[in-house]
Amino acid sequence: MQAEAAPSPVLLAVEGVTKHFAGVTALSDVSLDVRPGEILGLLGENGAGKSTLLKILSGVMPPSGGRITFDGAEYTPSNPQDAKRLGIVTIYQELSLIPTLTVAENIFIGRAPTGPLGLVSWRRMEEDSRAITARVGLAIDPMTPVSALSVAEQQLVEIARALSLKSRLIIMDEPTSALTETEVQRLLSIMDRLRKDNVAIMFVTHRLEEASAICDRMTVLRDGRLAGHLDRQGGPIKLPAIIEKMVGRAASELYARPAQRAVAGDVVLSVRGLRTVRDPEAPHAIVLDGVDLDLKAGEILGVAGLVGSGRTELARAIFGADRIAAGTITLDGKPIAPASPADAIKLGIGLVPEDRKHQAIFAALGILVNFSVASLGRFSNGFGFMAERRERDALSGFRKMLSIRMASAEQAIEGLSGGNQQKVILARWLARDPKVLVVDEPTRGVDVGAKAEVHQILVQLAARGIAVMMISSELPEVLAVSDRIVTMRRGRITGEMPGVEASEERLMELMALDRQDGREQEGQAR
Amino acid sequence: MSIADEQSQRGGATLAKLLMSFGPLLFLAALVVVFTVLKPSFIDPINLFNITRQISITGLIALGMTFVILTAGIDLSVGSLLAFCGMVAAVVAKGGAANTLSLSTSGTQGYGWFAALLAATVVGAAAGGVQGLAITRLKVPPFVVTLGGLTVFRGLTLTISNGGPISGFDASMRWFGTGLIGPVPVPAIIFAIAAILCHIVLRYTRYGRAVYAVGGNAEAARLSGLRVDRILVSVYVIVGFFAGLAAFVLSARLNSSEAVAGIGYELTVISAVVIGGTSLFGGIGSVGGTVVGAALIGVLQNGLQFNNVSSYTQSIVIGLILILAVAFDRWLKSRVRR
Repeated sequence: MQAEAAPSPVLLAVEGVTKHFAGVTALSDVSLDVRPGEILGLLGENGAGKSTLLKILSGVMPPSGGRITFDGAEYTPSNPQDAKRLGIVTIYQELSLIPTLTVAENIFIGRAPTGPLGLVSWRRMEEDSRAITARVGLAIDPMTPVSALSVAEQQLVEIARALSLKSRLIIMDEPTSALTETEVQRLLSIMDRLRKDNVAIMFVTHRLEEASAICDRMTVLRDGRLAGHLDRQGGPIKLPAIIEKMVGRAASELYARPAQRAVAGDVVLSVRGLRTVRDPEAPHAIVLDGVDLDLKAGEILGVAGLVGSGRTELARAIFGADRIAAGTITLDGKPIAPASPADAIKLGIGLVPEDRKHQAIFAALGILVNFSVASLGRFSNGFGFMAERRERDALSGFRKMLSIRMASAEQAIEGLSGGNQQKVILARWLARDPKVLVVDEPTRGVDVGAKAEVHQILVQLAARGIAVMMISSELPEVLAVSDRIVTMRRGRITGEMPGVEASEERLMELMALDRQDGREQEGQAR
Repeated sequence: MSIADEQSQRGGATLAKLLMSFGPLLFLAALVVVFTVLKPSFIDPINLFNITRQISITGLIALGMTFVILTAGIDLSVGSLLAFCGMVAAVVAKGGAANTLSLSTSGTQGYGWFAALLAATVVGAAAGGVQGLAITRLKVPPFVVTLGGLTVFRGLTLTISNGGPISGFDASMRWFGTGLIGPVPVPAIIFAIAAILCHIVLRYTRYGRAVYAVGGNAEAARLSGLRVDRILVSVYVIVGFFAGLAAFVLSARLNSSEAVAGIGYELTVISAVVIGGTSLFGGIGSVGGTVVGAALIGVLQNGLQFNNVSSYTQSIVIGLILILAVAFDRWLKSRVRR
């Protein structure tokens, strides 16, 4: 940590930066600074202006006003290459590695070390790569193709590449969103090591716990403006302080446990001995290993599990999206065997999938089309013509009920914020009056304010008698809305308890019970 | 972003959005103006109806191709399939594959125009269905399956016709290619009716919604309960049907089914769809756009011919216009996104 007496000189200084797009102000008078050897957290809800600021810093676009200096000199990159050359590297959520090339080739792409004849010196490239990957704690053969690495490892390769470019400021955009808990810890410790090597890091994240654990200082944006700076004073920056800056209201309003509801319900969905087999096309997918589960009408069942616990696979198996090898599923007492999502949907099951962009939304299509796609039969007449009036009325009903903020039914859904997109997807299923609704990571990529709204919606649905199964890796979320909680680990259910009796510690223990031996097996497999 | 911000952003983009929906149409209007200035007789109704007759063959196939491209697919076999269906129509119309070369009269052994039309469209639809099944069941990409189809159907055509044309149909069949209703050529009327039907299907039916959804995001469509494979097969059936219909009209117009008919048509057809603003990545596009795209190519060909530009030069110009039209479209869209 920096000594208070001699703060190191500022490396990057952003002063009063503003950005307008076609009459909209995306950033207004934002200032921040980053010093060598520190980690600055950049936080804010979706739409707060983080991405715009990142794009400016990484040279994707120029600011409309304000001044940026890097290492004392005016910083005006005209493209991302400029930014890299000057020593600022941005690592985006969507990694930019080329999967078919090796780790070494990716690190040295465009600047491979050459031998006497001007040919690529593979040996030097391998040796140099080994040295650099070691710095980020990555112990793999540099000649491995990147496609064989996990997302976490690929991220480390990107960081290694940034280091090999002698970067002095590394900007990481949501680096932990696709990582498991163990991988997150590893990344944080590597960030800490880089900090000691005097590298400056700007850490953009949604995950407040991680930010609090690692950041020296934080800059919080809200609605394109600076909401404030937070400083580590003796201990980590406290979450409520961050949340208050982000949303402009007290944290106690979020994650407030709803009053314990009288959970009525008969068992609607019952799963016994559910097993899946390894799909040769997706060898990394988790195999369900005998799952027993009951879901009652009007309850919210929280399914807590880490990435790789089989939680998503459970949802997909129930929904008919993956093949089942053994076991039974009964719905209202009758055995069912959905062979496709279409079958499951007809039976009254809905799924809000985990990866909204790739599995749920039709990005370029209008909100109306996105809304009604699962209910085309209900919104059309006997001749197959759409009953558009009925369809629009239904959408506007849900728009009010779920307070979806949108301009028109024709607006492309990609123009909505993550939270509003998710509400449209929820409306898609509500239009079918499902008996069972499975929601997988319902608030992923949803900003803090809208999260509470999504939770409220889930509670309302359960109150209407729908059996809701909510899968989530965010424990505060599981605790906040679940009437009952089961934990999963390696394709099995490892525990069950009423929501009121659960705590983060207990759940975490059940989710990660034998993580140690799990990791060993993984190591052997590799 | 607040609602007010979003609204002001929309305001700023309205002009560009308007241009975007009418971009190809503006391009078409500009071409008509240019050709009229160069040679005023271009705008003569006789010439304009001539153009509609010229575009109706590839236009019909382009309507079917719009469905295919909306699902992010492609069909390269349509030119060969057209020739094959034309040959089927000829065999049925004349009651055999022998090329008598005689203009048939009431005494021929054939089965008449209706049977010929039915045969051509059913065979076309079935051929499309087979390709669709190969795409969905064997999981071979559409590009490869239909590239294979391009060769197979040409080979079949040459086999049944023994390489030569089959000519000479009766007047009732020829009417579909050469007839007029008032001043309007019959092929143009067939094209117009087909275009309106396709527009209605894509815009107002449940099936149309499903086509857009599958093209927009096949995985999301599957997880929303759509039978993605069935929809994919169906679009190849549709384009096959239109290849058959176009084959019938072409044979009727030429009074002959040629084994070498339709070579390179797939490129004209795909150009028309793409110029009309349908995205090769699926999910975006419209029948209206395709009609404009087909008209644009027709006007260009006719206008160049009218000004005595050689057919060699015509290909160069049309190729460049294809690239320019799409570049213009991309540019407009990038302006809207900002």
